[in-house]
Amino acid sequence: MQNWKQRLGFWTLRTSALLVLAVLIFLLGDIILKGGGVIDLEFLSSPPRQGMTAGGIFPAIAGTLYLSLITALVAVPLGVMGGIYLSEYASQGKLTRLIRMSIRNLAGVPSIVFGMFGVAIFVNYFGFGLSLLSAGLTLGIMTLPVTITASEEALKSVPDSYRQGALALGATRWQMIRTCILPPAVPGMLTGSILGLARAAGETAPILFTGAAFLHPHLPDSPFSQFMALPYHLYILATQHHDISRVRPIAYGTALVLIILVLILNIGAIILREKLSRRYRR
Amino acid sequence: MTDRVNCKLKIENLSVYYDREQALDDISMEIDCREITALIGPSGCGKSTFLRSLNRMNDEIKEASVEGSVMLDGEDIYENGYNVVELRKRVGMVFQQPNPFPKSIYDNVAYGPRIHGIRDRDELDEIVEESLKAAALWEEVSDRLNQSALDLSGGQQQRLCIARAIAVKPDVILLDEPASALDPQATAKIEDLLTELKKNYTIIIVTHNMQQAARISDSTAFFWLGRVVEYGPTDKIFERPDDQRTEDYITGRFG
Repeated sequence: MQNWKQRLGFWTLRTSALLVLAVLIFLLGDIILKGGGVIDLEFLSSPPRQGMTAGGIFPAIAGTLYLSLITALVAVPLGVMGGIYLSEYASQGKLTRLIRMSIRNLAGVPSIVFGMFGVAIFVNYFGFGLSLLSAGLTLGIMTLPVTITASEEALKSVPDSYRQGALALGATRWQMIRTCILPPAVPGMLTGSILGLARAAGETAPILFTGAAFLHPHLPDSPFSQFMALPYHLYILATQHHDISRVRPIAYGTALVLIILVLILNIGAIILREKLSRRYRR
Repeated sequence: MTDRVNCKLKIENLSVYYDREQALDDISMEIDCREITALIGPSGCGKSTFLRSLNRMNDEIKEASVEGSVMLDGEDIYENGYNVVELRKRVGMVFQQPNPFPKSIYDNVAYGPRIHGIRDRDELDEIVEESLKAAALWEEVSDRLNQSALDLSGGQQQRLCIARAIAVKPDVILLDEPASALDPQATAKIEDLLTELKKNYTIIIVTHNMQQAARISDSTAFFWLGRVVEYGPTDKIFERPDDQRTEDYITGRFG
């Protein structure tokens, strides 16, 4: 009887775990089967033609890359500096608790709300208009909680004995951080940041009203021009096009490219972490 | 107490609190130049707190507050505006667990000189070699200075930490149970090393090992419940202690 119960429990757990794998395989398989056929060099390197029923998605790929660059320029430096402050400088008082609580809450704000915020602040108040810059800043703000938390956790995982050792040799606080605490924390900071960026690259809602264009066949020529982006392009092909069934393969192709892009970022993060942390293994 | 000529550290009415809890109660001691002073006593009696108050590492603990004074060569290190960075250059510290940085052996030893502004490669080379020789580690590592310090054995790591402390040319070296995580052979090496180092440095060592205190120290202080019960020449403390509690502790009747 006991044995039978154990087995049932074991199989329930294992099935739940396998279910996750099955969903992923089904999802990827479906997209590869339906979208793999349209992907060729032309698809990757030319703009959409004939009302998006032909041609490629190059402007959307480029737009997403530009967008990710701006997101990274906002979220990574601010996140690292915020993380350093919270981990190394802030005293554990009320203010710090308030800041930390705000960060947690910011991470839970729905992305469409960040989109509204972007319209109010960047598009209108700062007057950046519908642009790459507005959208990138919006995504950057949205990613900030991830990069701050990743940085803080990475710094906290550096053993205290390094801090004590450096201070006891007469290092100032900043010398200690720069030479002994930051280097071993970099792998963790990078991994967390890249995962945050990968998520931002796939977001639609925050760029919906801040600068993504329905069709903008030329590459953006300045941070103030509108742009195409993969997730928004996919949204249009899947729901807004006048002939949805005809562009379905292109939509799946777009989805596949987006997934591959995100996957490359994630795998890159893993490789980078492995490489760097081997240098600082404890 | 009268001022002695070779008094390096003069501690007067030192009390340390963690929040409301008193860790050290009105300690007064004079520690001589170029001697080894051993601090003994049961766990939690305040030895480590005392040690950490000599290079102001207690500053790093937010709840800690200090009363009284510690005179280093006649200057109070707790005076307002006293340069803590400068103090820690003069009063080095070696911790219980060897804590080399995840850097090469060379970079570990050169760490202190570098942060204090020495950039010249030849000068650094010289300091690294001198310090490793002084820490009796040179023979073992001279051919692999660029390897990670984390590849060394525990005993070697601890000697590296001593070399790292020596490299900033301190006057005083504080050691917090430096051999408690090491095997007997590595411990013997550290003890020999300390006996050698006292020719040039004032050494203060916390230890739980009575034989070690008896073997290497010139003076011994017995701490109990945050107070110094007895402080004097090691021979006297171990052979004819004045206080019954000292005798009980040394002979292993409590602790």
